[in-house]
Amino acid sequence: MEFESTPEQEAIADSVRNFVKREYDFEQRQALAASTDGLSRDNWATYAELGWLGAGLSEDAGGYGGSSVEYAIIAEQLGKALALEPFVATVTTLKTLEALGTAPQAKELAERIVTGETIAILAHGEAAARGDPRIVEAVAAHANGVWTISGRKSLIVGAPGADLLLVSAGVDEGLGLFVVPRDANGLHISPYRTVDNFRVADLGFDSVAAEPIATGTTVLPAIEIGIDHGTVTLCAEAVGAMDAALWMTRDYLKTRQQFGQPIGNFQALQHRMADMLIQCELARSMLFQGLHALGLEDNARRRGVSATKVTIAEAGLFVGRQAIQLHGAIGMTEECAIGHYYKRLFAIAHLHGDGDTHLERFASLAN
Amino acid sequence: MDLRFDPELSTFRSEVRAFIAANLPPDIAHRGWHDYHAYRPDIQRWTEILCKQGWSAPHWPVEYGGTGWSPIQNFIWHEELRLAGAPVHDRSSLELVGPVIYTFGTQQQKDYFLPKILSGEHWWCQGFSEPGSGSDLARLRTRADVDGDHYVVNGQKTWTSEAHWADWIFTLVRTDQEVKPQAGISFLLIDMKSEGLTRRPIWSIDEGLTLNETFFDNVRVPKENLVGEAGKGWGYAKFLLTNERTMSAEVPHSKRDIVQLKRIAAQTMKNGKPLSDDPIFRSKIAKAEIDVTALEWAVLRLLFAKGEHAETAVASVVKTRGAELRQTLAELSAQALGDHGIAMTPDPESEHVMRSDGLAPPIMEEGVGIVSKAIFRRATTIYGGTNEIQRTLIAKTVLGL
Repeated sequence: MEFESTPEQEAIADSVRNFVKREYDFEQRQALAASTDGLSRDNWATYAELGWLGAGLSEDAGGYGGSSVEYAIIAEQLGKALALEPFVATVTTLKTLEALGTAPQAKELAERIVTGETIAILAHGEAAARGDPRIVEAVAAHANGVWTISGRKSLIVGAPGADLLLVSAGVDEGLGLFVVPRDANGLHISPYRTVDNFRVADLGFDSVAAEPIATGTTVLPAIEIGIDHGTVTLCAEAVGAMDAALWMTRDYLKTRQQFGQPIGNFQALQHRMADMLIQCELARSMLFQGLHALGLEDNARRRGVSATKVTIAEAGLFVGRQAIQLHGAIGMTEECAIGHYYKRLFAIAHLHGDGDTHLERFASLAN
Repeated sequence: MDLRFDPELSTFRSEVRAFIAANLPPDIAHRGWHDYHAYRPDIQRWTEILCKQGWSAPHWPVEYGGTGWSPIQNFIWHEELRLAGAPVHDRSSLELVGPVIYTFGTQQQKDYFLPKILSGEHWWCQGFSEPGSGSDLARLRTRADVDGDHYVVNGQKTWTSEAHWADWIFTLVRTDQEVKPQAGISFLLIDMKSEGLTRRPIWSIDEGLTLNETFFDNVRVPKENLVGEAGKGWGYAKFLLTNERTMSAEVPHSKRDIVQLKRIAAQTMKNGKPLSDDPIFRSKIAKAEIDVTALEWAVLRLLFAKGEHAETAVASVVKTRGAELRQTLAELSAQALGDHGIAMTPDPESEHVMRSDGLAPPIMEEGVGIVSKAIFRRATTIYGGTNEIQRTLIAKTVLGL
C-alpha cells in the first residue's frame, strides 16, 4: 500500500493547479458562472489538451492508461477552485463506455470525448429514482429498424452544453444505451442552474430516434460502474472544496478582529475549526477507501463507494455550513467566496444519490 | 400545575382563523407561502387590513394600539398567520423599534411614530452592526456630534436588513468618545431620506436582496429624534435584542414548515411510492417534528413565566435552538424535493433579483422558494447575535461561568 502520489500523478496535479491559478480565481469563476453558457469551451479544450479527460481511462477504452486515481487527483484540484466545467459528468460517461467494453462504437466515442472534439454526457438519472441507478422508467421501442426513446431524465449535469447525450432506456431485456444528438426531434431540454451555478437540464423524450451503443442485461451493470467511478471523482472534488473552505476560514479567523483580538483566539471557534479539520481528514480517508473499492467485485465496490458518499456528503455539509458560520454575516454574501463553497458542497451532497440513498444501498448489501 | 390548554383558546383560534380566511388576499397568501424575502407592497396591504381590525400590533400595550391578548393568544395568532401564508410582518417596526419607542420614547415620538407603524405607513430598518463591530457591537464607531439643534452623523452601518424598503432607520451611534464603549452609545432615529445618507444593496448567496450597507456622510438629525437619554442607548438595545431573541425561536414558522415538508414528501416520488412512505425519510420528518415540539414547550414555558428571572438567557436558549431547527427544516424540505432541491430558484415575482436569466427548473408549486430558503437560513444562526454569542451568554448568565 502506498498513499503518496507518483511523480507522474504529482505532475498532473501541478498542471491542474497551474490552470486554476491562471483561469479560476474567484472573480473569473463568478464571471464565468454569469456568462451565457456558464462554462468555458476554451477551458474544456485545455482539459483535453493537458490529457485530463483521458487520464483515468484504460488505453483499450481510448484513454491514456490510468485509473480513477488520476481522475480523483484532477477533481480535487478543480474542487478547490469550484471549476464549472462538467468534469465529473464526463468521467461518469467515459467510465460507462469503458465498462461496456467490447462495443467498437464505445471506444470510438470515448476517443472523441477524450480529445475534446465531442462533449457527450450520460443521461441516466430520473427524478423518482432519487439516485438509485437501477430505477429507469424511460423506454426504448424498436420498429422497422429504428429505435425510439420516450420518457424523462432529471438533473443531467452538463446537458445544456453537450453535443451528444447517452441516454439509458428500458428494452425487452435489460436496458439500452443510446446516442441522441442534442438537437434531435422530440427532445425537450429544460436547462437550469443548480445553487452552485452548474448548468444542468431536465430532459423529455417524445419518441426520439436514437442510435444504440449497446442493449441487454450488461448495460445496467456498466452504467453502475460508470456512476460509481463518477461518484468517487465527485467525492474527490468535494475533498478539494472542503480543504479550500477549511483553510480560507482559518485565515479569516486569524485576521478578523472582535473584542480587541483575532476571533481565532476564542476557544469555541478553535474547537469548531478542529471539528472541521477532523471531518476533512475523515473525508480524505474515505476517498482513498472509495478509490480502493472501485477495484473490487460488484457488491464490495457498491458498498465501498456508498460508504464514501455517505461520509463525504455529511462531512462536506458540516464543513460548508461551519465555514459560513465562522465567517459570520460576510459569509452570507454573494461577493464572498466562502458561501459558494457551501453551495457546491450542498449540491454535491445530493448529486449521484444523497446520503440516505447510499446509506440504504450500503445496508442492503451483505458484507 | 395544570398542563391542559384553556378551552377558550380553541374558540380564540377559530375566530382568528376565520378572520384571516376572510380577509387575507389570496395573491398575498400565495406569495407568502413561497416565503421569500419581505415584499413591502404585500405586507403593507395586509397591515392596512389588520389595522382596520385593530390587530396590526396585537402584542403592544392596549394604550398604544395593542389588543390586550395574552402571550399565548399572540402565539396562536402567529401560528394561524403562518399556516394561512400571511407574509411575515415588518419585524423591525413591530417587534424592535416600536416597543423601544413606547417604553423609552418621548410623548412626541410616541404620537408621531407609533400610529404610522400600526398603519403600515412607516417601515423601519435596524442600524446596529458595522463592518468592524458585529458580535462586538459595543465597539461601534458611527458617531453623532452635536451641532446646535442637531446631531451630525458620520459612519457606516452594515447588514441593514430591508433598508431598501425602509423609511426610517433606528441606529446606535457614539455620542461620547471619552467614556467606556457602552456608555458613549445613544439610540437615534434617522429618516432614510436624509441628505448624506446612501445605501448599497448586498446580494446574499440565495441571490436575494435583504441586506444593505448604509453610509452616513454628515447626516443632520434633529435632536428630538434621540430616544431616551444620550449615553443610554446600550441599555435600550439590550432590551430590544432580548425581544428579538424571544421572537427568533420562530416556532409558529417552524410548525408551518413541518406542514409544508409533509406536503412535499406526499407529492414527490421515490421508486413508485410517495417519499412520505419511505421509512428513512419518514423518520427524519418525525424527528424534526419532535424537535419542534420540544422547542414549542420551551417557548410555552417562557410565555407563561412569571417574573423576569434570567430572561435574557432563556431567550438565548430558544433563539439558539430555533435558529438551528429552521436550518434543519429548510434543508430537509430541499432534500424532499429531490433533484430540484438543489436548483437555484430566485423569487419569480420579485423586483429584486440578482440575475434574471430564466434558468429555473419546472419546479412543483409547493417547492417554490424552498431552495432559496435552505440557502438563506444559514443566516439564522448568525443574525440577532450568533449562536456562539448566545451560548457564551447562557454560560455567563445562567451557569455563572
